[in-house]
Amino acid sequence: MIVIDIKNLNKSYENGLKALKNINLSVRSGEIFALLGPNGAGKSTLINIICGISKKTSGKVTIFGKDNILDYKFTRSKIGLVPQEIATDSFEKVINTLKFSRGLFNKVPSDEYLSFILKSLNLVTKKNNQIRTLSGGMKRRVMIAKALSHEPKILFLDEPTAGVDVNLRKTLWNFLNKLKKNGVTIFLTTHYIEEAENIADRIGIINNGEIVITENKKKLIDKLGEKKIIITINSSHNKISYITKKYQLKKNKNKLSYIYNSKKNVDLSASLLSDLVKSSVKIDDIEIEKSNLEEIFLNMVEK
Amino acid sequence: MNLRGIFAIYHFEMSRMFRTVSQSIASPVLSTALYFIVFGSAIGSKIGNIDGVNYTSFLVPGLIMLTILNQSVSNASFGIYFPKFSGTIYEILSAPISPIEITCGYVLAAASKSVLVGLIILITSAFFIEITILHPFWMLLFLILMSITFSLFGFIIGIWANDFQKIQLIPSFILTPLTFLGGSFYSIGMLPDFWQKLSYVNPIVYLISSFRWSFYGKSDVNVVVSISATLFFLILCMVFVSWIFKTGYKIKT
Repeated sequence: MIVIDIKNLNKSYENGLKALKNINLSVRSGEIFALLGPNGAGKSTLINIICGISKKTSGKVTIFGKDNILDYKFTRSKIGLVPQEIATDSFEKVINTLKFSRGLFNKVPSDEYLSFILKSLNLVTKKNNQIRTLSGGMKRRVMIAKALSHEPKILFLDEPTAGVDVNLRKTLWNFLNKLKKNGVTIFLTTHYIEEAENIADRIGIINNGEIVITENKKKLIDKLGEKKIIITINSSHNKISYITKKYQLKKNKNKLSYIYNSKKNVDLSASLLSDLVKSSVKIDDIEIEKSNLEEIFLNMVEK
Repeated sequence: MNLRGIFAIYHFEMSRMFRTVSQSIASPVLSTALYFIVFGSAIGSKIGNIDGVNYTSFLVPGLIMLTILNQSVSNASFGIYFPKFSGTIYEILSAPISPIEITCGYVLAAASKSVLVGLIILITSAFFIEITILHPFWMLLFLILMSITFSLFGFIIGIWANDFQKIQLIPSFILTPLTFLGGSFYSIGMLPDFWQKLSYVNPIVYLISSFRWSFYGKSDVNVVVSISATLFFLILCMVFVSWIFKTGYKIKT
């Protein structure tokens, strides 16, 4: 089931800047969708338009089949938002800010549910602390707790782990996976390729306001990824130069690297190994490296 | 109707007032007490009666009006400006709450604070003079109506302002002078003819005059005209707020 559906979405500012260009994107129920893109690519603008913070220039956004402007009360009640910047009421207590958020979304007060959220995000001991006394990481957790306080079906996280230490980042990833198991759809933007690689089911790449690609994470890596075979040979050999030229190998001391892209090239690795054996080259080791998401991302946005 | 949303905003704003009780309540009460001492006891004893009312007693409605107009505008403007400044406005804008409901939450909270401060000043003044209220129902109605109207006006200023200086601009350079020149400390009838006529252009004259009427049954202008002027200003503010939310003026990019 498609829960977020974006059709021909455009956003232009008065100064002429086109922040989003004809965006078409769908997100399915229960998946973790990661939107990758460099600074200024349009990630936050897209989230802000979906959540009602910014105005679109043209196009249509539907949440659970309802228009996000015409039926904004319905669509917003389904959405929780964690913005990029930490923005909290510094003098308010953690528990009170959660009660405020829940009330704002017209939910019946529930100490039980808020306690569950505080526990899930390791905030129980801080519930009566003023937010200003918390560390940056803790404030980030409060922002997530606020976004979850009204039991949303879709959670938007705009660079949730920016400036967060590795431990907290991994804690959050585990927490997001738990939410996913509970049926929450997660839409996150991130700079960290590792983040998308670790938790996303599907990945979109946005650059200069345009969606470059959306694809299942594994398929994306398989489809666009390069495979590198590194062959360590025992010693230099006269006939190597012929093979190096034939297969366009890169040579570094006694290591030969064969790179092929499943999308562009035919895999000649078997033929390469056969030629090496025929040439009586002694092979000490063979390693296979698949390119990671970071390399794919850089390839796409640097085009 | 998102009543819980309205209450959440209202409760949040009222909690802020109680957190800053010295600024919200003690400060206006102290200022009013000083006005009574300086204008009432020290200077007032030399002035005598105005329209048959002792000058210190005459001051009470004007001082309450002076305070609630300033309190309403500053509370409401700060209430909506601060989330814009701190970035927490994102939560209000992404919540299933309509513009009218948002306005209700902020304006009712600001107006409640003003009414509370107004009543505290009234009680404080009872320590200095004997209070007479001929029309208590109308007094309370004027107090509430003017608090709501000027809270709405403050709400508009808070949305329009993009720095703290602008929040103070209209209250300092327009509202306070108009209130001082609107008969807070004197009767319009005491002015020379030309200044009297000019005073009737000042909308605050109508507010103070009707409020003073609820105390002593005497007014510089017709009470019906005063109420009509207040309601007209209220409707004008409502129309402007609707336009702000319809266009996203200074709120949405």
